[in-house]
Amino acid sequence: MGAEFVALSLPPLLIGILAAVTCALPGNFLLLRRQALIGDAISHVVLPGIVVAFLLTGTIATLPMLLGAAGAALLAVILIEGVRRTARIEAGAAMGVVFTSLFAAGVLLLEQSDTSAVHLDVEHALYGNLESLIWLDATGWASLVDPVALSGLPPELPRMALALLIVVLALRLMWRPLAMATFDEGFAATLGLPVRAIGLGLVMLAALAAVAAFDAVGSIIVIAMFICPPASARMMTDRLGAQVGWSVVFAILSAVLGYVAAGYGPLWLGYDNSVSAAGMIATVSGLILGITMLIGPRRHPAGLARQG
Amino acid sequence: MVAMKDTNVVQAAPRMGAAHALPPALSVAGLTVAYGEKPAVFSVDMTVAQGTMTAIVGPNGAGKSTLLKAVLGLVKPLSGEVRLFGLALSRARDRIAYVPQRASVDWDFPARVIDVVLMGLHRELGLLRRVRPEHLDRARACLARVGMQDFATRQIGQLSGGQQQRVFLARALVQQADLYLLDEPFAGVDAATEKAIIAVLKELQAEGRTIVAVHHDLSTVRAYFDHLFLINTRAIAAGPVADVFTSENLQRAYGGRLGEAQLAGGAVTG
Repeated sequence: MGAEFVALSLPPLLIGILAAVTCALPGNFLLLRRQALIGDAISHVVLPGIVVAFLLTGTIATLPMLLGAAGAALLAVILIEGVRRTARIEAGAAMGVVFTSLFAAGVLLLEQSDTSAVHLDVEHALYGNLESLIWLDATGWASLVDPVALSGLPPELPRMALALLIVVLALRLMWRPLAMATFDEGFAATLGLPVRAIGLGLVMLAALAAVAAFDAVGSIIVIAMFICPPASARMMTDRLGAQVGWSVVFAILSAVLGYVAAGYGPLWLGYDNSVSAAGMIATVSGLILGITMLIGPRRHPAGLARQG
Repeated sequence: MVAMKDTNVVQAAPRMGAAHALPPALSVAGLTVAYGEKPAVFSVDMTVAQGTMTAIVGPNGAGKSTLLKAVLGLVKPLSGEVRLFGLALSRARDRIAYVPQRASVDWDFPARVIDVVLMGLHRELGLLRRVRPEHLDRARACLARVGMQDFATRQIGQLSGGQQQRVFLARALVQQADLYLLDEPFAGVDAATEKAIIAVLKELQAEGRTIVAVHHDLSTVRAYFDHLFLINTRAIAAGPVADVFTSENLQRAYGGRLGEAQLAGGAVTG
């Protein structure tokens, strides 16, 4: 049990947890700024980004993929802002137009290019390949302290850990200005805070989280984790710090329960194959949101609890 | 009344009025702001002497809030110059405090009353400095000044409109500014709140600070303010309330849209 768990389940479980938390953290602020769709948009445009990076470089090496995805995310943010301003339509519609168009372009590009030799397809983009991120060098718990075995860890694990570290440090540094600019942008600006740069910084942070997580777990988890854990957390508390804390708890819970349910759930139900871990993790996060909406202590929809 | 607050600020090209030894708290020259094609504020000049309390009054859509936002750098003017205490905005930020329209923010934001007031101490707290008991004491003292000391740990979404407005004022008080710029501070608040706010503003003025407020209630202009700035996209009239608050000026500002009753209640009598 130990050896099998460490080799086959521990790495994908950890990567799932790291990805979930990395996306949920900036998701809190996106949600409060009513920009939750930005996460959706970014995780979609990552696809054309990596396809273009593949066409240019001919490899699916990490760095070009990340750069391509980051470039596409940046392009999407600029396009969204551009569409919003020139067409004078609301931000949500602008995002919808931009990210569906870019995602569709990515699908077309992918179909037209010869990617048969590499592991790059639409399915992979949506669901990721969480279950395949196994650690063949592991022989048991002792491998966790064995440098030789550790060097065989799936590279997604340290990459995701680094992304989480960057997100945590950046949010810690931006916390106060971000909270102020989110609550009262006008007031924040009169203090001399660069409110537009703060907003852009948050989006770039979300892009980093999406790009890093996309490769490992696919866009389904990314989209779900940007929104569901923060939205569930909002039902639990009226304090920002506590909300962010709860969102981390819910993200971890979704990853663990989802992974276990995907791997063993069908067995328990009498089927003999497992289901997509990414899909199950996203589903669990949705279920958690449903539960907190029903029994969370602050379960009022925005605006209903006001008194005159 | 001229402010006696000592100031060691180097006055860049102070434009001194004949009667004042200090640069005006606010001076605006040739300010034009447009959203799209239509100007909201057109070629406005405005001077506010230190220690005065000025109402910016005009009909809906007259550019009152836009003028305030342009002064604060929140909207970019097409042309014009703004000076605060003779300084550019970037050098005068720590001397001004802004009280936005209450309805401009989302009160469902997860924060307590005290958290909002502490935002006013951002210049001291910076990015990472710890909130100390001393900071909390000052925030609580400002809440007490607006009669909200018992609400410090209340979630802001649970407050009434008047209470929200008081919290905004407390956040501005903790900034210890020399110039207070308020956008419709009495809009949609209860009578008790209106009284509490005006009392605090008068205290501020007595301390030598300057107050500029966008105001919509003509019936209280005379009681609350000593200076009046009438605007309808262009500046209509400006000066001491006693000189400017006339039915003729109001008719010009409101373009005949003002009822006789309002004029009678506001300007002609009293």
